[in-house]
Amino acid sequence: MNIVSVQNVSKSYWRDSLEIPVLHDISFEVPEGEFLGLMGPSGSGKTTLLNLIAGIDQPSKGSLVVAGTDVAKLSESQLAKWRAQNVGFVFQFYNLLPVLTAFENVELPLFLSKLSKKERKEHVEFTLKVVGLEDRMNHYPKQLSGGQEQRVAIARAIVSDPTLLIADEPTGDLDKTSAEEILKLLVQLNTEFKKTIVMVTHDPRAAERAHVIKHLDKGELT
Amino acid sequence: MKIPLKYITRNLKTRRLTTTLTVVGISLVVFVFAAVLMMAHGIQKTLIQTGSDENVIVLRKAATAEITSIIMQDQANVVQTIPSISKLSSGKPFISNEVVTIINLPYSQKESGLGNVTVRGVAPEGFQLRQNMKLTGGRFFNWGSREIIVGSSIKKRFKGTEIGNKIKFGGDEWMIVGSFDAGGNGFDSEIWGDQIQLSQSFGYTGAYSSLLIRLDNVNAFTQFQEAFNKDLRLQTLDVKREKKFYEEQSEDMAMFIRILGIAITVIFSLGAMIGAMITMYAAVSNRTIEIGTLRALGFQRRNVLFAFLIESLSISIFGGLIGLFLASFLQFFDISMINFGSFAELAFSFSLSPSIIINSLIFTVVMGLVGGFLPSIRASRLNIVNALRSS
Repeated sequence: MNIVSVQNVSKSYWRDSLEIPVLHDISFEVPEGEFLGLMGPSGSGKTTLLNLIAGIDQPSKGSLVVAGTDVAKLSESQLAKWRAQNVGFVFQFYNLLPVLTAFENVELPLFLSKLSKKERKEHVEFTLKVVGLEDRMNHYPKQLSGGQEQRVAIARAIVSDPTLLIADEPTGDLDKTSAEEILKLLVQLNTEFKKTIVMVTHDPRAAERAHVIKHLDKGELT
Repeated sequence: MKIPLKYITRNLKTRRLTTTLTVVGISLVVFVFAAVLMMAHGIQKTLIQTGSDENVIVLRKAATAEITSIIMQDQANVVQTIPSISKLSSGKPFISNEVVTIINLPYSQKESGLGNVTVRGVAPEGFQLRQNMKLTGGRFFNWGSREIIVGSSIKKRFKGTEIGNKIKFGGDEWMIVGSFDAGGNGFDSEIWGDQIQLSQSFGYTGAYSSLLIRLDNVNAFTQFQEAFNKDLRLQTLDVKREKKFYEEQSEDMAMFIRILGIAITVIFSLGAMIGAMITMYAAVSNRTIEIGTLRALGFQRRNVLFAFLIESLSISIFGGLIGLFLASFLQFFDISMINFGSFAELAFSFSLSPSIIINSLIFTVVMGLVGGFLPSIRASRLNIVNALRSS
């Protein structure tokens, strides 16, 4: 079963009256449990494609079915609800909320669910244990190392048990050791927890961990 | 509210300086707003307390104050014959024929210039008609003598009004023999003496400024008024409940203060709202990535809108509460100003009431909403992709 089905997707941005094409007629599929790496030079449209799959942007043309939903047909509000249920995000710069502790950052997506406070606590504690940060729950992001921050971000991404994990350069801001730990964690999530992962990366070592690698250049799959 | 409140409150603490400055701005505006309302309420309370429900007052028709009223002796005699007037044990009708005039006295040393002071000539019944009058020093004046007693506010504000001093007015010297307290009402700002002595001195012989009357009971007013209005000899006069008379006198002053004060406060509030708006725009600008992240995680536009509105409201309500708290201390201060009705100085205290607290809080909430609305809209409308790219 395919989790992601991209069919003839094109994406352009408009700057005043000037159309800037970013993606051109892209088609591919991502089966359930896949670990897909998207590579390509800067400006090739990797992040744009990732944003489309994640439902934070919409294609100009084509069909994009993710987790059984044609995301191109959803309204803004429906998309937000869909993202909360189906997508977990891991950003290059972690994007943790600095005023919240690790526990509170991980708990954040669960405020969009119907879980009770007690259930939320259980979920967060379990997830932080999975990423190996059960002893850092009450630390604020500034009290954590880059690698630890990214692990908190991964915990936040998986706490609501999404169908798809989206990672945009997850090791881009980390040293070699920390990057290695994060990649191991992603592989663990993919193999042990059967998470489908779509990862954008420049890092060949990161790409090695993916099952499939797709290259983008000038908005086209090569 | 999906976005946790601690995210909002901790962000306020993070931006300590801008939050504090905005809170100070709003608290000052609310302080002025509450102070103006407290001032107007203080005037009304002082004047309304001056009148009693049990008494009625007779004045010349269209006279808004005793100083502009004149009642001839023969008319006063006719009024005495109207039924429903309470009788004293001696059988005399319970009426105080009074004369009221204004004199100038120098302010005490802290201030400069002369102030207008009401001098009231009362009949012996005048004291019984005002039961809350208490002698606080010296003695009552002797009837038939050029002696006077001064209200507690007069003693505080005007030079040479201590017991034992003599003050000059109406072509005579008047000995101050006592001081009184009327419980914080308008009589505290008056000087009282024998009506006959003061009438002679001011050339009021054969005429009065007002008649203060006690009726058989509170409900007898309508009956008394009907009889009064039917009498053709009294057509130039008007009768009112004493409390209503003072209530009407307070309305113009209170309204003037409210309109002027609120107009000034609204202008100030524009500054405070712009301050709040700048603070909130800065908050949105500094947290663009956070907003993008929240939206990417699945929080709706309205969640972001409410979070920022609540942040703005928290700032304004906190400022408003501080402003109100500070304004509440004004209750310990007495001030005086010219009563537009009597043209004389009226001393009063700032007075806080539940409605002033509610109005100030409503004003505070409005400032928070107006100041925070546009930045919150901006936050909620941020494009997720652009917001995340700003990193």
